[in-house]
Amino acid sequence: MVENTSEKSWEQLDQLLNKYRGTKGSVIPVLQQAQEIFGYLPKDVLIKISKEINVPISQVYGVVTFYAQFHLEPRGKNIIRSCQGTACHVRGAKAVLNAIREKLGLKEGQATTPDLQFTLETVACIGACGLAPCLMVNDDTHGRLTPEAVRPMIDKYRNQ
Amino acid sequence: MALVRAHILICTGTGCTASGAKDVLAKFDEELKAKKLRDEVSLVETGCHGFCEGGPLVIIYPEGTFYTRVKPADVAEIVEEHILKGRTVSRLLFKEPLTAEKVPNYDEIAFYKKQHRLVLKNCGHINPDSIEEYIGADGYEGLAKAILTMTPEQVVEEMKKTGLRGRGGGGFPTGMKWMFCAKSPGPKKYVICNADEGDPGAFMDRSLLEGDPHAILEGMAICAYAIGSDEGYIYCRAEYPLAIKRLKKAIAQAEEAGLLGQNILGTNFSFTLHIKEGAGAFVCGEETALMASIEGRRGMPRPRPPFPAVKGLWDKPSNINNVETFANVPYIFRVGAEEYAKLGTEKSKGTKVFALTGKINNTGLAEVPMGITMREIIFDIGGGIIGGKKFKAVQIGGPSGGCIPEQLLDTPIDYDSLIAAGAMMGSGGLVVMDEDTCMVDVAKFFLNFTQSESCGKCTPCREGTKRMLEMLTAITEGKGQDGDIEKLEKLAKSIKAGALCALGQTAPNPILSTLRYFRNEYEAHIYDKKCPAGVCTALIGYKITDKCVGCGLCKKVCPVEAISGEPKGKHTIDPDKCIKCGACMEKCPFKAIIRG
Repeated sequence: MVENTSEKSWEQLDQLLNKYRGTKGSVIPVLQQAQEIFGYLPKDVLIKISKEINVPISQVYGVVTFYAQFHLEPRGKNIIRSCQGTACHVRGAKAVLNAIREKLGLKEGQATTPDLQFTLETVACIGACGLAPCLMVNDDTHGRLTPEAVRPMIDKYRNQ
Repeated sequence: MALVRAHILICTGTGCTASGAKDVLAKFDEELKAKKLRDEVSLVETGCHGFCEGGPLVIIYPEGTFYTRVKPADVAEIVEEHILKGRTVSRLLFKEPLTAEKVPNYDEIAFYKKQHRLVLKNCGHINPDSIEEYIGADGYEGLAKAILTMTPEQVVEEMKKTGLRGRGGGGFPTGMKWMFCAKSPGPKKYVICNADEGDPGAFMDRSLLEGDPHAILEGMAICAYAIGSDEGYIYCRAEYPLAIKRLKKAIAQAEEAGLLGQNILGTNFSFTLHIKEGAGAFVCGEETALMASIEGRRGMPRPRPPFPAVKGLWDKPSNINNVETFANVPYIFRVGAEEYAKLGTEKSKGTKVFALTGKINNTGLAEVPMGITMREIIFDIGGGIIGGKKFKAVQIGGPSGGCIPEQLLDTPIDYDSLIAAGAMMGSGGLVVMDEDTCMVDVAKFFLNFTQSESCGKCTPCREGTKRMLEMLTAITEGKGQDGDIEKLEKLAKSIKAGALCALGQTAPNPILSTLRYFRNEYEAHIYDKKCPAGVCTALIGYKITDKCVGCGLCKKVCPVEAISGEPKGKHTIDPDKCIKCGACMEKCPFKAIIRG
């Protein structure tokens, strides 16, 4: 995701905050939707959210770092969530994951490609165990994967 | 409603969609229009049939013909042959893995024959986006009966009589839970549905939410009436976008129809529902952590008591049940507690939905009466092990559960027999493992999971899981030492006793149960430095035997150029370069490469 801190995004954030102002327990939905607007959660956005919904920044930051869904760094245009659940594990998810890392040229500890095209994450289970090993690219689920099958799949998304 | 001569049901659950069901659906629409049949044949998108293995699934009524793995290219033939000429397309029928027999009819497939589908009855048979179809399948009858003919006390009593136990894992009697909350004083109470299905290997809640969302709403509304609540939450994982979409639609439809919202069915009873999306934390499946998350805080558990029935969401009395538990409720109020309690064993009533996965032929969802044996589930319904390999164990209950070995396959399954076997019902995920699965690796896998999902609040779980994982990692890397097994056992027992919530208390279970039944595998890793299943890469190596004819395929496939040899001559593997990926062994057409 290209860093999107244009005026329009901030306007959208204002609308979002207006919608939730005064609603109890709104921290998580606000953060979820703010992340949809900006692609990730930049520091300035967190500060603004904290002020507007009247929750200390320490608490907002605590929530952001607790849940796997929130990100403080920019992320790729396509998000690959490689399932490492039990069913996928026993049916060869590791080999699939390694093939993706290799295809994307990601180094140890690196999750996002330098061109910001892809971010690779592992998840514990996406509930498509019948199709193990499986993964999600953005909102699409792909199943019955092999190391060979993921390479053309990645090319397809790259060209979109 | 227009009369049609045939219904084509296409599963558009997550599994079938991933296998291409949307393309099949579009092709059917196109093909039927081209043949001018669109008015006489209805095309229905349904929820999950629980047989994701065979997806995309297409069922054609009135015959009930069951087609599996249908591709867009098959659609023209189905329309031409089946719809126009009335002939079955036999090449697309399901083939039983054990007998290789082709079965035309949905109900006759062994996978479905032994099942008893109460909770999953509607999944795959009605359009989940249509409240009319749900009502047509007796939906909201249970709610009407409860709020129009019974007092809240009677509803609670009825629930107690069913003997239904919580389907999320703990197995606490649902009727008792409702009673505690109903008796809790206070004008404001909450009903919460735990749809944060996090156990890897379990997807029954997802199928229910996607395939029959109104059943959950109805179950929650009956609960709300019983405990005196007017507001509820469904806490659903954000990883289930389709489930959230269908729930939102179902809530809007039910409000429109006066079955949710203010003055339901013209009575004084009102109940509004909200959806909260989880943000990716396994521990939020724990009830107190889940409520903290709804309140917008870090999802950390707190000590109980006070229990949620006394002090729950926003400190108000709250009743929290799992998706499958709520999905049982409409049926119960339709047929009555006595009828319901006829199913199952003495202490575990009703049915349970299991998610069959792993090295099994028919992966999918199986709903069976309590008391059935694991052998029936795995071999009769599941069709046995892939590739005719030898069964080793089945893991039940996810990261909190344990393994059931071959010798216990004939034990009738219920909450108590599983605990006695050192496992637990958990959410009902069954991961089948064959001879190629290493049990130490499995234990390490689960520990890795619980360790990274530990919220860090209490020391036994935060530090204990880390130490256990370190020990298991050392064992799988060939660095295990004499005494490690005893240390693991001691630490596991301390964590069980000392952790704050169920995540920590059950985290040692996968270790304890694999130690109980597969201690010899641990010993082989520690003392012989061998992995009997050939999984732990540090303990295996590959060798080329004299069967090698020098075709050179292995040399080509090796990613690190560890194989050398002249064409037509025997090849060799350089053990220092080899990364033990096993690609050469898979590729060799002459079975000349062995592990050892």
